Amino acid sequence: MATATGPEAAVALAGVGRAYGERVALRDVSFALPSGATLAVFGANGAGKTTLLRILATLLRPHAGRAAVLGAELPREGWRARGRIGLLGHEPLLYRDLTARENLRYHARLHGVPLAAADALLERVGLAARADDLVRTLSRGMAQRAAICRAVLHGPDLLLLDEPLANLDPGGALAVAPLIGRQAGPARVLISHDVEQGLADADWVLGLRAGRQVLWGSAVEVGVADVRGLYA
Amino acid sequence: MRRTVGALMRKDLRLELRSFESVPAMLMFSVSAFVLFRFGLDRDALAGDLAAGVLWVTLLLAAVLGMSRLFVTEQEQGGFDGFLMAPVDRTAMFLAKASVLFCFLVAAELVAVPAFVLLLLEPGWGQILPELLAVLVLADLGIAVIGTLVGALGVQTRARELIVPLMALPLLIPVAIGAAEATAPLFAAGGAGPLPGRWLAVLALYDAVFGLLAFAVFDFLLED
Amino acid sequence: MTFGRGLRPLSIASTVLLCGAFALVFFYAPNDADQGFVQKIFYLHVPMAIVALGGFVAGGIYAIRFLRSGDRAHDLRSYVAIHMSLILAVGVLITGSLWARASWGHWWVWDEPTLVSFLIVFLLYACYQPLRFSIDDPERQARYAAVFAIVGGAFVPLNFMAVRMAESLAHPRVLSTTGGTMPGSMRLTFLLALAGMACLFVTLCKYELASKSATMQLRALKRRLGGDEALAPLGRSAAPQSLKV
Repeated sequence: MATATGPEAAVALAGVGRAYGERVALRDVSFALPSGATLAVFGANGAGKTTLLRILATLLRPHAGRAAVLGAELPREGWRARGRIGLLGHEPLLYRDLTARENLRYHARLHGVPLAAADALLERVGLAARADDLVRTLSRGMAQRAAICRAVLHGPDLLLLDEPLANLDPGGALAVAPLIGRQAGPARVLISHDVEQGLADADWVLGLRAGRQVLWGSAVEVGVADVRGLYA
Repeated sequence: MRRTVGALMRKDLRLELRSFESVPAMLMFSVSAFVLFRFGLDRDALAGDLAAGVLWVTLLLAAVLGMSRLFVTEQEQGGFDGFLMAPVDRTAMFLAKASVLFCFLVAAELVAVPAFVLLLLEPGWGQILPELLAVLVLADLGIAVIGTLVGALGVQTRARELIVPLMALPLLIPVAIGAAEATAPLFAAGGAGPLPGRWLAVLALYDAVFGLLAFAVFDFLLED
Repeated sequence: MTFGRGLRPLSIASTVLLCGAFALVFFYAPNDADQGFVQKIFYLHVPMAIVALGGFVAGGIYAIRFLRSGDRAHDLRSYVAIHMSLILAVGVLITGSLWARASWGHWWVWDEPTLVSFLIVFLLYACYQPLRFSIDDPERQARYAAVFAIVGGAFVPLNFMAVRMAESLAHPRVLSTTGGTMPGSMRLTFLLALAGMACLFVTLCKYELASKSATMQLRALKRRLGGDEALAPLGRSAAPQSLKV
């Protein structure tokens, strides 16, 4: 198992497990991610990737093991990490009957970020023209851009991204790259189904199968074939 | 905390203004209920405790309509996640939602109560307005607290529309008792009598107990 | 986690107390001046009511302890207390109705605040199991049920007070005994009946707790012996089915 370098690892898990009733979603997951590094998580549907992401987001409590996110022990110290994590899940987490601008401003208020920052972000991703349209009228790609803005608005130190480029056209992907790409700065945990692209973008790789950790290594060591084996 | 509650309330009130889900339903229901009562009781003018009863039963049932919807948007559109990840005091959600429900109740009553007086109340307005307002405010506080609690309890359930009324109505019976008993002398046929202070005290006690209780336990509904 | 401690002495005590109380009811307590023999149902109705109210409040207290500690054993105790009290509440409604019919001629009287409060409390707690059943995740189910139990526990006394205030202004209590003061013989019988009912309640709760706990332990053993495949999956249930997850 790799050890973290630097004073504060972005994520450090040891033996983490989580169950829903009797169904075990995650079992004995252990790894550490240094700050600023990128982790790619691969696994078939139902392997536990979303559960892992939600634990890292402090939305779910681990049932077993020890987890620390941005130096905060979960679940006791979860509040210390809140506000420094940006989550982009399956759902855009936007209110469909509000405009993109109103949604972002709401999140800005929640996080204590100046409202102008929200407007500036919308400009950067190319949503300025549609910012005052209701989210329910936006295409999936536009909504995804707005969701990405929401995730990075408060300047998080850890980004949790579940297929961030889904639904985005090449223009959109380019527009959001400075916000959520490697060059953006924060540590990233990235779930992707595009094996080559995920491997290319990552420093570390984690593979899950049926809730268990079956693959772990640096991106240069792990081969495409190993990852593809997870989906067999 | 105040900033968070403010942000939440702005968002919810704006959503309501856009989608018009709760308040119009509560309003229309109240007026329809008054018409139903007119025919069901076969009376076109009510006074005293009968009038108080009809008004409060209608307002309570209308309130129950608003309760089920209170948390639905959060549940369906990921509002809980967004809130839970923000560096804010989680009790703000309870305060904000209860305040929003209170606002919805006031908005609905702004139409429903005059409609009641116009349609069914024999004595008419008279001098009762300040006392009636006092009862309305105290009762609405209780309804808002209970409604927020029960709305949150039911948010996970598929049978939400059933279980929320079933839970809320027994819990609100003391409010119904207090409000109806307090209002009955105001609607007396021979001229409004004095407001019985004891029932206002009951309402205030109820509001205080459940308000504090809800404040204490609400966070447990948001975890995990 | 052993739940079944002291079951035998408790069962014996319950039987003795209840038999003693019944003996006193039939052979010792005087007949009521107004209502005659029928009034004796009071010795069943009121102790049941008091114990049921205590049970609902106890359910709320265990719920508080669960929320504070996270120990699911408290949730199990809360569930059993409320469940038993609900059954007793049905008994209160039935005996109250019988009493009303026998002494007043109607199957229901609104003038008896105990009866009316119990109807309301019953309506509320009848939602407890459906609420639990509707939530799949056991941990969330326990937490939501605990919040409900706490609200209900606070509600019970408030409700009783409000109903009593509403009724007392209109009519005097009809199902009370000899105008409020109880002669010594009645008091003794009543206290014995109350003690017996309380003992019975605790005994029955302990039996249910022991039974559920045994089922859970059995399941855990089966899992340890045969692995996960040996077990049939747990269906949805309103009752807590595990203390761990």
